[in-house]
Amino acid sequence: MSRLSSSGPQTADAPTPEDAFHETAALSDRDREPRHGAAADGPMLAADGTPLKKSLARALRAQKLRALALIAPLLIFVLVTFIAPIADMLFRSIENQIVQDTLPRTTAVVQDWNPDTGEPPSEAVYEALYRDLFLAAEARRHTRLGQRLNYEETGMSSLFRGTGRDVDDFGEANVETLEDLDDRWEEAAFWVELTSGEGGEGVVDAARERYMRLADLSSRSPLGDVWCAVKGVFAETCDVAPEDVDLGFSLSGTFAETFPRTAEAYAEFAVFMALEEGETVADDEPWEAVYVALDQDLRALSPEELAAYDGPNADALRAAQEALAEVPPVDFRAAFLNSDEDWADIDNWRTIQTYSPPYTTGYFLNAVDMQKTPEGPALRDADERIYGLLFQRTMFMSLVITFSCILLGYPVAWILANLPMRQANLLLILVLLPFWTSLLVRTSAWKVMLQQQGVINDVLVWLGLVADESRLIMINNQFGTIVAMTHILLPFMILPLYSVMQTIPPSYLRAAKSLGATNWTAFWRVYFPQTVPGIGAGSILVFILAIGYYITPEIVGGTTGTFISNRIAYHISSSLNWGLAAALGTILLVVVLVLYWAYDKIVGIDNVKLGG
Amino acid sequence: MNLAKTLLASTALTVAAGAVAAQDMESPVAGEPMADSMTLVSWGGAYQASQQNAYVEPYLEMNPGVSATWDESSNEAVAKLRAMNEAGNITWDLVDVVAADAIRLCDEGLAMEVDHDEILKPAPDGTDASDDFGDLIVSDCYIPQIVYSTTFGYRTDMVPEGVSAPDDVCDVWDLETYPGKRSLERRPINNMEWALYCDGVAKDEIYDVLATEEGQDRALAKLDEIKDEVIWWSAGADTPQLLADGEIFMGSTYNGRLFSVIEEQDQPVGMMWDMQVFDLDGWIIPEGLEEEELNRVLDFLWFATDTQRLADQAKYISYGPARESSAPLVDKHAELGIEMGPHMPTDPDNAENTLLYNYEFWADYRDDIDAKFQAWLAQ
Repeated sequence: MSRLSSSGPQTADAPTPEDAFHETAALSDRDREPRHGAAADGPMLAADGTPLKKSLARALRAQKLRALALIAPLLIFVLVTFIAPIADMLFRSIENQIVQDTLPRTTAVVQDWNPDTGEPPSEAVYEALYRDLFLAAEARRHTRLGQRLNYEETGMSSLFRGTGRDVDDFGEANVETLEDLDDRWEEAAFWVELTSGEGGEGVVDAARERYMRLADLSSRSPLGDVWCAVKGVFAETCDVAPEDVDLGFSLSGTFAETFPRTAEAYAEFAVFMALEEGETVADDEPWEAVYVALDQDLRALSPEELAAYDGPNADALRAAQEALAEVPPVDFRAAFLNSDEDWADIDNWRTIQTYSPPYTTGYFLNAVDMQKTPEGPALRDADERIYGLLFQRTMFMSLVITFSCILLGYPVAWILANLPMRQANLLLILVLLPFWTSLLVRTSAWKVMLQQQGVINDVLVWLGLVADESRLIMINNQFGTIVAMTHILLPFMILPLYSVMQTIPPSYLRAAKSLGATNWTAFWRVYFPQTVPGIGAGSILVFILAIGYYITPEIVGGTTGTFISNRIAYHISSSLNWGLAAALGTILLVVVLVLYWAYDKIVGIDNVKLGG
Repeated sequence: MNLAKTLLASTALTVAAGAVAAQDMESPVAGEPMADSMTLVSWGGAYQASQQNAYVEPYLEMNPGVSATWDESSNEAVAKLRAMNEAGNITWDLVDVVAADAIRLCDEGLAMEVDHDEILKPAPDGTDASDDFGDLIVSDCYIPQIVYSTTFGYRTDMVPEGVSAPDDVCDVWDLETYPGKRSLERRPINNMEWALYCDGVAKDEIYDVLATEEGQDRALAKLDEIKDEVIWWSAGADTPQLLADGEIFMGSTYNGRLFSVIEEQDQPVGMMWDMQVFDLDGWIIPEGLEEEELNRVLDFLWFATDTQRLADQAKYISYGPARESSAPLVDKHAELGIEMGPHMPTDPDNAENTLLYNYEFWADYRDDIDAKFQAWLAQ
């Protein structure tokens, strides 16, 4: 039978690579001791003349490679399907790129804002937010950010959703001025003519990169290229990678220089059309943000500077500048406040500022009942602390369940090990039977047994042990969880105990007794120590399974018998706060590893046997 | 609110006169190439069975060679769709979700925006689909099917002698007149509203109060009064089971579950419609389907959401059809043969005092209030 420990095969008689290694080590020891005969002068040689050490090492390497090749399929399978997803999930506990990816310009400029002044950020921040939010709303990514920030500051979700709806109308007067002035401003072809040329590739590439980060489009890796080549052999084509999609548009360098905001907005529009809609800029008039950007640019230029511009449609631009001088510039701050006055709220902006960096400790702080405040991490209000309590409860109850399993499982395993084979096998089937029943059925059965109008209470009342009015409460609390989970996990304790006990010869006990030991001494001094490895293996299995359980506690746990895993499940499937779920999961994993390590130090992991 | 008006109006038994030829219209994708299988996602249980009986089976009969597979994952549809989207592999064709989830999915671009008038059949009298569904179309991606409500049921045999049966939601808090255990859902939604209402907050101010810290504390304090007597449920089947076993005196659950306890299982349980909370259930189409799959889904939807089919669904479960034009067609229960009209949550007699699930509010406050609620529960 296999062992849990990793100290290598110890029962096999065949030589293993490790044996060879020990031999070489012994040989090299001998090299260092010149007293041993003729070979003392030079290294010991193999038959073909190479030093024995080298030739052994080579043989060893070949052997190791072969071993590695043999387990490679399994290793790769485990890595790809098990380790990588878990690592990816755990990584989410610190990942916070969504804020920067969605609001790249805003997060850059809001850093300069000092919340302690009590004033909302400057107009420049609102302008940056407008440009970020407009693109995000078109790509429908803004509510995701709202939801992310809502975990930290209540109200952000509707703030982003609501303003995402309104952001099209910001600067409406200025957009209309342009459109009323000249019908050409509403023509896609006119805009293409205005902006096309050579030399603006940098702006377009930056826009493409921004958009790909926003929409979570990853560029194709070398591995992807290989995969596509393989598909090509079977005449299947890959979609064009987002970084290679032809925009059908090339930006003029001079235009980009004179009208930087417009060029940026128009490049984003071009990227969006190509990557999202599969069209080009020639198919549609640009979105409002481009008009607003042009308005900004035209105001920034003096008439003389504009007069010097000699690109296509310069006359229309000059006319536009004159017309726009008649209307006030877009007041971004007013527009945001008009959409939702919470945009003036310092706390909302502080949240955006605090959560700008691509990585955050926020989820972990949350997972230990703390939060970020301007004065650094601090404990949450007492009425919001829950995770510390749940972690403690999970640990405590898992330990209680493990001990109940030992108490109940030990005698059963002993009987199994000491009965004749035929009866033992029959009993073993009874132990295994629950394994073939659905977990839900078993848990629900406990409901029927334990509830106040349930079987046990009915029997107690019938026997007159309990008054009808004061039936025992045995479910929807810790007791219910402990009973149901002990029952469910019992086989995991019995099986290792049984297989260890089976290997203990009965003659040991008889020998102890014949030497004068009492029954108890013979058991406690002779038998029990030999079963400790089985207890260890069973306890590790039961404990680790117990702390991760959530279906049973959910059904029979009520409010006092639920585990941390119930909150993890809630955050994964209901609140969708995967970052917090990952942080809680990581903490749970670390706790288990620490306990495992402590067990190894105290009992010794070599002392764990799943079988003889 | 408009929605409430539509809900009530949809039950007014106005028989649509002069059916137009709308009934014979073909789906907008008829004749296009279509996939011959689809994966439908729903809730399992009696609700999924009602869908299966009312329109999936008839559709499959009309289209031999087409197969439909069910995936009972609606309660975690948002999480799963998000994961599928991240992995770039959408395996679902049509997903049944509650309105709050539909709004979330639509916001995130995980559900497809649809033109209701284009893809849904008009009412028999020619009314456009968008008018027929009215305000129940709470999101551009959402195709509502039914209106359900969360409300209370109670054991009729546990009502103390000489006391009238409970008919006010605040009777849940009245432990003196109605002693016994209660069951409430293990989440703040609905419970907080009921608590504030019974603490004397006017119905139209509930959400304003609940938005404040004091209001939340006030709701929890009100819930504290009965906390020791409450069994908290997390699955819709819990309260019916607890009622049937006599574990509790009264408890909240979905009205369809109570219907099945009362009428199908014939248990001594009564309905308490006061302050029932309306919510919707309906379809969304995941974003990013292949064209042939999409055509199949659209063809199916055209049939499955027409006036007759939605009315048919009420033969199997006591949820109100989302189309106004379906209400007059609601018939008798398919097996029990009882008139289903009076069992609909939208029946005027049942809908005297109701509340609407406030999607906007809970989208904002759900995380915050849930944290408080769970901490309060664990204390």
